Amino acid sequence: MLLGTMAGGAADCQFWETWLGTQCRLHELRNHERISVSAASKMLSNLVYQYKGMGLSMGTMICGVTPKEGPTIYYVDSDGTRLKGDLFCVGSGQTFAYGVLDSNYKWDMSVEDALYLGKRSILAAAHRDAYSGGSINLFHVTEQGWVYHGNHDVGPLFWEIKQQEGSFNNVEA
Amino acid sequence: MDIVLGIRTKDSVIIATSKAFTRGISILKDSDDKTRTLNDYNVLAFTGESGDTTQFAEYIQANIQLFNMRENTEMNSKAIASFIRQELAKSIRSRKPFQVQTILGGMNKGEEPFLSMIDYLGTRVDMPYVAHGYAAFYTMSLLDHHYTKDDTLDDGLKLLVMCNDELNKRMPIDFKGLNVKVVDKDGVRAIDFDEFTAAYKASL
Repeated sequence: MLLGTMAGGAADCQFWETWLGTQCRLHELRNHERISVSAASKMLSNLVYQYKGMGLSMGTMICGVTPKEGPTIYYVDSDGTRLKGDLFCVGSGQTFAYGVLDSNYKWDMSVEDALYLGKRSILAAAHRDAYSGGSINLFHVTEQGWVYHGNHDVGPLFWEIKQQEGSFNNVEA
Repeated sequence: MDIVLGIRTKDSVIIATSKAFTRGISILKDSDDKTRTLNDYNVLAFTGESGDTTQFAEYIQANIQLFNMRENTEMNSKAIASFIRQELAKSIRSRKPFQVQTILGGMNKGEEPFLSMIDYLGTRVDMPYVAHGYAAFYTMSLLDHHYTKDDTLDDGLKLLVMCNDELNKRMPIDFKGLNVKVVDKDGVRAIDFDEFTAAYKASL
């Protein structure tokens, strides 16, 4: 089961990622096999490339775990870029999230630590970027599919983390 | 997309491309490969508009492989260069041109090493050393000065070390190092340029 993230134009992302889900299901029916992350991401990137220059705005990450590829993430955006990588931050607040993520990321970190780091990175962006915030949705993607790890409202979360970690010292309690 | 350069030696062709993939103010990846291997003895390097680059390169790759399947023989470098040139020449006057600059390096069996650059307008020029973009501003004069027709692969790689040093010294951006491909009588292969550079500098 694949997971797609959405940054940029909400409608464009929602519409075309739903379409992608349909195409992936059709692949399964036709080929009696789960689609690879590589193929799924390429279907999306080839589709958006056809609309290049016409105003689509999308920054997405297609994530999944398959037997032949292992855990895989592809970054796909609306100008037709498709990149495989271990780590991406996308959106207006990406730079803020990169800061926290890059300084604490380890290839062999535990799932628990990774979930926390993901949440903490988004919080960092939500705090500094005017166009990011609201709440954080956490997912862990495994071979069986995605596991939802809750919706976290940034409002109270910020004060919890500030107290727990002793960070955000530039903000008055 | 940034550094793309090629050096042709007596017995090989060297293609070097930068590893950084930058979008806006973030370097999204530091291990990007800006080349596609077209067949056993030819490699295409590219730079330009994101999306257009990979789509064009993969289109060319597919066509070269189709030729191989149909004709049961590999297309040679000159023919590939002519094909790529015509595709770009058709593209420039189309509704949406491919904004892609390419460098083709190849050495088919029994033939001399071949290096060519074809730009987005369909301008093709076959040269002993080539570069696209800002890389050219720094490296062409170096290569004009130090290149000789009798250079071997090793000499070519040493020239590349010189180019890399100059680019690191003067270019205002960090391009995260070079991905280096070599084409010689044994075909296309990637080489560990960092290892070569370290070994060469240690021996000086």
